[in-house]
Amino acid sequence: MPPETPDTRGTLRIGIGGPVGSGKTSLVAALCRTLREELSIAVVTNDIHTKDDAEVLIERGALEPDRITPVQTGCSPQTAIRDDIAANLEAVESLEARIAPLDLVLIESGGDSLSTTFSRGLIDRQIFVIDVAGGDRLPRKGGPAITSADLLVVNKTDLAPHVPADLEMMRRDATAQRAMAPGGVARDTPLPTLFTSLSEHPGAPAVADWIRELVIERRNPASA
Amino acid sequence: MPFFHMTRSALLLLADSRFPAGAYAHSGGLESAVAAGRVHDTRSLHEFLNGRLHSAALVAASFAAAACHCENAATLGEIDHEYDVRLLSPTLRTTSRRLGRQLMHTARATWPVPRLGLLDALADGPHQPVALGVACAAAGIAAEDAALCAVQGTLRVPADAAIKLLGLNPAEVSGVLAKLAQDADRTAAKALTMARMAQLKNDFGMLPALGSPLLDLTAEDHATWEVRLFAS
Repeated sequence: MPPETPDTRGTLRIGIGGPVGSGKTSLVAALCRTLREELSIAVVTNDIHTKDDAEVLIERGALEPDRITPVQTGCSPQTAIRDDIAANLEAVESLEARIAPLDLVLIESGGDSLSTTFSRGLIDRQIFVIDVAGGDRLPRKGGPAITSADLLVVNKTDLAPHVPADLEMMRRDATAQRAMAPGGVARDTPLPTLFTSLSEHPGAPAVADWIRELVIERRNPASA
Repeated sequence: MPFFHMTRSALLLLADSRFPAGAYAHSGGLESAVAAGRVHDTRSLHEFLNGRLHSAALVAASFAAAACHCENAATLGEIDHEYDVRLLSPTLRTTSRRLGRQLMHTARATWPVPRLGLLDALADGPHQPVALGVACAAAGIAAEDAALCAVQGTLRVPADAAIKLLGLNPAEVSGVLAKLAQDADRTAAKALTMARMAQLKNDFGMLPALGSPLLDLTAEDHATWEVRLFAS
């Protein structure tokens, strides 16, 4: 049987990338806790610690162990999500074959640079997570991940006064960077950016809403 | 006959370590050898690769050549079974099938020809050398080059891992592979002869069965590590 195409597949695949320590795993755990009552969810992790990310997800009560698959990336986290997606694709497809129904698969990358994006052959949408402690000039630096991720999440906003980081400047820079499509063509509206603080809002409600919309759209294409 | 004409460019495409079929995430046992201190520089890497060349590479190449020649699904099943019983480590059996599935996945998108369907009956997917042989046939690569491709892959995987794990000079690692090139050619030629003999007698049990007991044991151990960079 031929593999399902993105249009016929029931499962939404979302890639979550971002620099080391920006809060990818915490965001994944938060999303699982918030959405698990309404959606059937699985996670693929790309951490070098085989069990570390998986244990965080299990310990925080987010998911059962059989819904989490670790993938080793041979010191090449970027290769695993972009240049050679074979191992991640197999992990995702085997989860989709094993768990029915499965509404959402979150694929968490290993730590990335600002130039790392997911292959469209692996995911339907991608989220790039940065944090305010990484420097408030990060959005201005651009790079494919900042400019083209379907959702940019600026995490740990509660730390802004301590860094200090200028959130308004980050918002302006992100909007400007994400207003242009490749080739310098202006988009009708800039790609979305969300500011989050998991210590203030442990469920990441804004990001969860963004995902809910996509799931509804997938179930009922006419509503899009 | 293959769908495409015989092509050398296809060989270069498939033999490239960047061919996207998941091999980059594997070390071919090198991660364990590095952790145990057995491989620590280009010289010890050369010795490690020489060992692989005269064991795993010869076996993989003879199976790739046999599978490349074969146009019958049931016989391919036999060949796959013969490879299965040659892997003593359950972890390596699982790994080989996983790499075989990933190779077939990429091959189906790269060379969409009916030949690849010959392996559909294998429920868990084919072993990697069997998949490689059939992918070569689909790509219009001759059996002798399928054998060469298997040898190169067996050497390339640990060599690439050594660059990442030990910080070896990549140019020096290329030099190690170049030193092994003539032996690699001879191994591929020997593998092709063995594949032809087995085919002639219609007895694929005749294909070589050289093992590496230490690597079988370390593969089982490696799979239990909490922190590992490579999948095998």
